[in-house]
Amino acid sequence: MKAAPTHAAAAAEFLKDSERSHWHDETLWHVRSKRDVSAQKIPEWEQLRTLASQIKDHVLSNLDNLLLQFEKKAQANGIEVLWAKDAQEHNEHVLRILEENQVKQLVKSKSILTEECGLNHFLEDKGYDVVDTDLGERIIQFNKQVPSHIVMPAIHLKKKEIGDIFHEHLGTDAGADDPKYLTEAARQHLRQKFIQAHAAITGVNFGIAETGGFVVCTNEGNADMGTHLADIHIACMGIEKLIPRAADLGVYLRLLARSATGQSITNYTSHFHRPRKGKKMYLILVDNGRTKQLGREDFRNSLKCIRCGACMNTCPIYRRSSGFSYNSTVPGPIGSILSPGMDLNKHSTLPFASTLCGSCSDVCPVKINIHEQLYKWRQVITKEGPPQVSKRWAMRFGGQVMSKPRLFELMGKMARKSLSISPRGFVYNSFNAWGKHRELPEVPKETFKDWYRKNRNHDK
Amino acid sequence: MTSKESILAAIQANKPDLLPLPEQPEFPYDNNLTEQFRQSLALNGGEAREAKSFNDVTDYLETHFRNSQMIVSLSEKVSGNFDVNMADDPRELEHVELAILEGEWGVAENAAIWLPEEKLHHRALPFIAQHLIVLLKKDRLLGNMHEVYTRINVEGPGYGVFIAGPSKTADIEQSLVIGAHGPRSMTVFLMD
Ligand code: SF4
Repeated sequence: MKAAPTHAAAAAEFLKDSERSHWHDETLWHVRSKRDVSAQKIPEWEQLRTLASQIKDHVLSNLDNLLLQFEKKAQANGIEVLWAKDAQEHNEHVLRILEENQVKQLVKSKSILTEECGLNHFLEDKGYDVVDTDLGERIIQFNKQVPSHIVMPAIHLKKKEIGDIFHEHLGTDAGADDPKYLTEAARQHLRQKFIQAHAAITGVNFGIAETGGFVVCTNEGNADMGTHLADIHIACMGIEKLIPRAADLGVYLRLLARSATGQSITNYTSHFHRPRKGKKMYLILVDNGRTKQLGREDFRNSLKCIRCGACMNTCPIYRRSSGFSYNSTVPGPIGSILSPGMDLNKHSTLPFASTLCGSCSDVCPVKINIHEQLYKWRQVITKEGPPQVSKRWAMRFGGQVMSKPRLFELMGKMARKSLSISPRGFVYNSFNAWGKHRELPEVPKETFKDWYRKNRNHDK
Repeated sequence: MTSKESILAAIQANKPDLLPLPEQPEFPYDNNLTEQFRQSLALNGGEAREAKSFNDVTDYLETHFRNSQMIVSLSEKVSGNFDVNMADDPRELEHVELAILEGEWGVAENAAIWLPEEKLHHRALPFIAQHLIVLLKKDRLLGNMHEVYTRINVEGPGYGVFIAGPSKTADIEQSLVIGAHGPRSMTVFLMD
């Protein structure tokens, strides 16, 4: 695949509107703060994180057996289980189910996996009208965008813009931007879609190996509205979403919503084990690169992710550059370690979109060592391929200088001289990728070494 | 090779050595479960009320839902005005104004109430209704999620749900709006 625009270039676009970038930053920081308040109320928080991580360690080391156990139970309960190697096969399964059941209308609740597989486009090309029912997703669907955040898909939009979108698509009053009014309009519109739908597609938050069932979490209740009214339920699940026992949900549900938005739990946590009488339930198990990631020892842990979004909310880069700058289904820190595993060439700049401050790893409820993996991807990329030629060239040159003390001293002298007389355009030009987002500190008149030589005598 | 076989083969080739599955934890919790439940529910956008008897519930209905045309009650002690057995298809519940259900367990730390399928009649009922009332006995309150999973059998019913508040969204500039698709209010009566 072709390389996407670099993260830095896309971020620069977003940063042009500094007022919006500032607003975006503050909004997400607010969500992060709510997470902190909520987590601090649980004395055993750190123990829960450790447990959540250990349970997933077990899952990843026993995934084949657990999947077989899961499939067997699910089938016994009347769920039809399908396997998909990749996005294409996943989409074809969905299409076949829709065709076999002569489905005309379908609704969909939030699923990052179907986003990853490009399901909406695939079905639209075949003539289906896919209705996303999560409010945020419906907004961006109207606006022909993809989610900019995995939990809050329309976090990049202001209410005024959403008012305009609804005015165009739902006929709300021009200029109206009251969230209550707009939500009510969406409610009325989507109720009709729920009542008419023949099939409902959902994602899966957790699959339970011992019982063959799966759990879906929402606040809006849209997954339930869809599945309980339609005749067909299609659930799409990444193979890493498995947990061994129902009781493990105790650990994950305590962490998930608190990490995501600071809520103690989502208002709806639905456990599906059998279809309604006379109705059908399908479950598609998707690999799409996950088994490859499992084989990469350094990056395996990324498969523990429960998609809470906390690492995005806390990330100083994400907050200021927005989800779109990542050009990847899952943006932010976790996206920057998952996506290079899917397509290293396309996503080669993402591991560099980080300050390596480690805040992501600190908040991650399943203790993924995100910032360490970012650093490891950087090593892979700088060894293997060209991230961004100018930054790499500068790094190699810098490396040579650093390794030779004499040269370093000489270069320093030259730089102090030349920087103080250089026109700005010479320093902050397109060859200097680092100059784009960073002001150089004022050039000191002397080196630390000179200063030390001169001053050490004072102490004596 | 089928896709299933090739996925399983890839896992076998790539998975690390077996790591142990930790035991389920038990954590201590506050004893004032009623108060904690009330606070948790308020944070989720719902309201908890204490009731000495079913009369308290009936009085509440009299004040708040007197003119409602379509009330479905699945509690034997409280009467509605629409027999849910009349609806073969859940779509016929479209105009239900209020659903009254009996909860099986409540969790104080987050106000989640366990409702297995047999307590719902139609899975859609607690979602499609405009308002929701859940009756819960105080002695069915538990401290945290670990506790509740030791009591329930998630597999027994074909479907079961934890409901912890009304339908809500914050997708427009993070402003909380109650009543996204489902109930615009949720009231829980904690019964003596
Ligand atoms: S990596 Fe951790 S913090 Fe980030 S979304 Fe996944 S679970 Fe949440």
